[in-house]
Amino acid sequence: MSDSQPAEARPEEAPPLAVVGSQISQDEELFGRVFDKWVVRRFIHYLAPYRRHLSLGISAVLVFTLTQLTIPLIVRRAVDDAMAEGAGDAALLRLFVIAFVAVVVVNYAANHFMETIVGRTAQNLLFDLRRAMYAHLQIVSLSFMDRTEVGRLMSRLQGDVYALQEFLESSIFALGDFVLLIGIIVVLLSLNPGLGALTLSVVPILFLVRIGWLPRARRAFMRARETNSTTNAALAETVHGIRAIQELAREDVNYALFDAKAEDNLRAHLTASKFTNMMVPIVDTLSGSAMAIVVVVGGSMVLEQDLDIGVMVAFLFYVQRFFDPIRTLTIQYSIMQRAMAAGQRIFEVMDVDVEVADIPDAENPEKIDGSVEFRHVTFGYNPGQPVLHDVSFRVAPGETVAVVGPTGSGKTSTMALIHRFYDAWEGEILVGGHKVRDMTQASLGRHIAMVLQEPFLFSATVEENIRYAKAEATREEVIAAATAVGAHDFIARLDQGYDTMLDQRGSNLSMGQRQLISFARALVADAQILVLDEATASVDSYTELEIQRALARLLQGRTALVIAHRLATIRGADRIIVLQDGRIVEQGNHGQLMAADGLYARLYRMNYASFDDIPIEEVREALTDEPRTT
Amino acid sequence: MARPRRPGRRIDVEAEADYNIDVSKVDTGVLFRITEMAFRHRARMALAIAATLLAGGFQLFVPQYLGRAIDQAHGLVAGAAAGTAGRDAAEAGLLHTALLLLAVAVARGLCTMMQNYQGEAIGQLIGYQLRLNYYRKLQTLSLSWHDRVHSGDLMTRGILDIEGVRLWIDTGVLRMILLTVLIGGGAVILIGNDTVLGLVALSFVPVVGIRASIARLRLRDTWIALQDKMSLLTKVIEENLDGIRVVRAFAAQGYELTKFDRISNEALAIANRRVRLFVLSTTQMTFVYFLAMAATLWIGGQKTIEGEITLGQLGEALTFMLILQMPVRQIGWMVNSIARASTCGGRLFNVLDLEPSIADAPGAKPLQASESVVRFEGVDFRYPSWTKDDRTLSGIDLEARPGKMIGIVGPPGSGKTTIAHLLGRYYDVADGRITIDGQDIREVTLASLRQAVSIVQQEPYLFTASIDHNVAYGDPWAGRSSIERSAQTAQLHSHIRSLPNTYETLVGERGVSLSGGQRQRLSIARAILPDAKVLVFDDSTAAVDAATERRIREALREFVAKRAVIVIAHRLSSVMDAEEIVFLENGRIVERGSHDELMAAGGRYRQLCDLQARELSGSPEAGA
Repeated sequence: MSDSQPAEARPEEAPPLAVVGSQISQDEELFGRVFDKWVVRRFIHYLAPYRRHLSLGISAVLVFTLTQLTIPLIVRRAVDDAMAEGAGDAALLRLFVIAFVAVVVVNYAANHFMETIVGRTAQNLLFDLRRAMYAHLQIVSLSFMDRTEVGRLMSRLQGDVYALQEFLESSIFALGDFVLLIGIIVVLLSLNPGLGALTLSVVPILFLVRIGWLPRARRAFMRARETNSTTNAALAETVHGIRAIQELAREDVNYALFDAKAEDNLRAHLTASKFTNMMVPIVDTLSGSAMAIVVVVGGSMVLEQDLDIGVMVAFLFYVQRFFDPIRTLTIQYSIMQRAMAAGQRIFEVMDVDVEVADIPDAENPEKIDGSVEFRHVTFGYNPGQPVLHDVSFRVAPGETVAVVGPTGSGKTSTMALIHRFYDAWEGEILVGGHKVRDMTQASLGRHIAMVLQEPFLFSATVEENIRYAKAEATREEVIAAATAVGAHDFIARLDQGYDTMLDQRGSNLSMGQRQLISFARALVADAQILVLDEATASVDSYTELEIQRALARLLQGRTALVIAHRLATIRGADRIIVLQDGRIVEQGNHGQLMAADGLYARLYRMNYASFDDIPIEEVREALTDEPRTT
Repeated sequence: MARPRRPGRRIDVEAEADYNIDVSKVDTGVLFRITEMAFRHRARMALAIAATLLAGGFQLFVPQYLGRAIDQAHGLVAGAAAGTAGRDAAEAGLLHTALLLLAVAVARGLCTMMQNYQGEAIGQLIGYQLRLNYYRKLQTLSLSWHDRVHSGDLMTRGILDIEGVRLWIDTGVLRMILLTVLIGGGAVILIGNDTVLGLVALSFVPVVGIRASIARLRLRDTWIALQDKMSLLTKVIEENLDGIRVVRAFAAQGYELTKFDRISNEALAIANRRVRLFVLSTTQMTFVYFLAMAATLWIGGQKTIEGEITLGQLGEALTFMLILQMPVRQIGWMVNSIARASTCGGRLFNVLDLEPSIADAPGAKPLQASESVVRFEGVDFRYPSWTKDDRTLSGIDLEARPGKMIGIVGPPGSGKTTIAHLLGRYYDVADGRITIDGQDIREVTLASLRQAVSIVQQEPYLFTASIDHNVAYGDPWAGRSSIERSAQTAQLHSHIRSLPNTYETLVGERGVSLSGGQRQRLSIARAILPDAKVLVFDDSTAAVDAATERRIREALREFVAKRAVIVIAHRLSSVMDAEEIVFLENGRIVERGSHDELMAAGGRYRQLCDLQARELSGSPEAGA
């Protein structure tokens, strides 16, 4: 089938159609505006419970900063008053040392207090935010969940909340740094305005250098980060797709491509490292200059007796100190940008409407009769694009109704409405004679059991999965349900029977076994109404037989609505509703529908394993050949 | 005086590479191996070490010069020799000291830059080399090994463990050298100036160093505990969101919130414990440091008053303390770095040192395919014990060649797929042999074997790339026309044409989603594109509807006629055309023959056939 070049001509150049790693960037916008009023206002709302803590924390930061500022001043006094020539006074020195120790004790207390309170508040805030977002996701409309990738939500719940935590923490400490910087400037200028101004002249230089450096450096850091994620994505692809890679003998091609990525990553990191480290000699040169200024100018002034020697010593202490706040303050800029972008994303999720909510005094009927009724229901996901048009039908208690129709005909939406996953645009849905809008969602959950097309199992034990719908179910009930659907035998054969942990959502079970467990789960729920979306994945004939038997057991004595794919299930139903383009086009049992010779009969005769398989062109043909019958 | 690094940021960023580290088992062999990798970059390593030594050395001069400047400024006044000449000499001395200070600062800055840069560069080079080796190793290790290990674990090794190893040179080796120079040099100078004062000034070093190491190890323990909880929390959240319909269907939001809260609160408690541990250790370290400074001021002040030392010497001692504070705190980091490099390196080398269980035999030659005759001769097989797979094959004899298609059917677990595994040599037979055109597949190169044998999977892995990349995965040099022809044969072309970007449409995890049947058809297109001589369909049309499958079979007819083909299926219509059908049960062939022969024989095959007929006719209790 291949018309490519002969193999020996190949290795010279890169194959035109080969890549490794995902071709879609996983990263979201990293930086936003420095200050976003809306985000900050929302954020402050979450800070409200910690208001007292925060004001105490900020006070502690200020006390801490003041003690930091005081220490060189004490040293200065000790030098000038107690040690300078002629003034040698051991008693005075002791006094200064005691003062020093006192300040250190206060410093320790303030330090301890501020670190504790800020650290804890930030941690609590992080957990609060995550909890609030998670709780909100439990009630937001399903249509939001349908169009949002889980991965995106996870990165908000994991990455973005950390950005806000970091922001809170660093902002408070940045405040301390800012005060410290101002404090040093004030102290230096008041100790000696001339020498102070001269020494401080290096500060603006450093600021300017850093401001020019930051955007460039950040580009380099971002680039390094990007190459990290593309390299890791390529590695992930190998880990997950190893079977296809070995089967199609792609190892050498992939290795060359990966090498290119890894090399790119290496270069990006070396560049980033150059940027990080180029600041080191600059800062050192500036701090060396500041010390040199103090030594030459300050020293001369001491010689002139214009300056106390202790002041010179204090200056030397402060010079060592004022480069740190400048560094943290410029970092703060990036932190704020990151936090604003993250906050935007978080609060966007928190603002997603809760479309379906219990009304006040919603009904919570203990028992219902098991009927389901649609009255002129119109519904869609996007405004102006209804997927169900004026659908009406009634299912009597105990009846089994199969809903069939080609893909996109509205079957799944019908099922979702019964459970009120969404609200109908027009018309009413009644369960047991109650309007679903007037019932609590919890009572709907109790009276309706659902089996989804893809059996979704949790990473828990087999037993926990089976009693998911009814946490209080006993082991006996669980075993009884599993036995009834024919799952007991294979469960008993598992390593630890019902206590076997399912890894990665049941990947250690076969598709058929997962389905049986999800049947058992619905059976334990023991609801009067069963809504079931039959699996389309084909399984082997032996398993198929078991599933059919289990299904028959599950339907027994219940009202059932089944999105049916298997012909066996369809034929066994009391009634069949045929949907097409969101409308009911036919209903009746198999015999009646075959006799009517409408859409159902035509589709049935095409002999597809499932109605969903029928190519759309053939459905169209069936529809145009024959006028619609009702 | 520098403020300690803050808990929040530190806890979450730096600790990333800290995953699962056991400090009690520092493996010097592993550390040696990493260091040896570093010394392969001889020039860089020499430069880095020289720069580190010099940076430390220059740093040592700063306090001395500052002390000298204080004495120069002060001493003259004290000496009261206030002549103009004396003043000029003193000012010249100050200028000299200032210039020396500046020169030393610049030199130290440049050396530190070089130390950091080279340290990181060596680390990155090692990381790059390890990453490539790791990637290559993963590609050559057998599928059975991959089945056994967790994919998340492999990613951890490939990302975090490489990171842990990479940092060893920078944060481990070089910092240790620097610290030794600073503390050693500082001790010599200070104690040389005045024994008592020197000891007092340095008294904080052992206290802070030990405290920092202990705190770091404790923090690591709680970090691991926190990480465990957090990954549990992640799992809970992820499953909740993935299974949101199940949650809502059973109105289990309350249950899910309780589950979340329990784990979240446990995690928060650990996080708060971490804050406490962190705060306790850093504030105590700062406190001890300042107390040492107070003591230095007290004793040094007295000595100054008594004239035993000069004011400059006291200033020198105090500035030394300023300089040493940060590096001493970093002792904790270093201890951690050792543990991390040892553990991460150990885990990485464990994989790198593995020998693939399936590899080319010495002197293996490329497969020479001519007639394309595949033979299984008395093949016995048993899975290795760790696979926990007790299925076996015994006495399998098969022959497939162009014009003689083999169909394989049988109940689940009868060993059908194992036959495909053996033919692609993902496992070796225990007894007997498999040949292609008379060559034992164990004696030819793996690459040539796998190029010759194409297996179509039931659940194909789609790469997150465009459709043409996916179809051409086995032959990335293929032209557009052959890609389209393959897609046409697999009955996928018209669907691809209907997609927004046709063949350039992205599929895979984050691309356009394809149905199970479409994925299988893509897998067929992918397998037939390279010119393989042997084709195995491993239940590869299970999700394709019967009519489409029929069309695929028609389209493949000519293609199949020139190749040896084995079809494994549970749907009998897929194998009915085969020249020979074998029925497997418990790893043995229990029936073989053409469809007609087997139907006539009225055995297992016939039973299965009847079962499927009833299934299609749709009576639920059939066969019950």
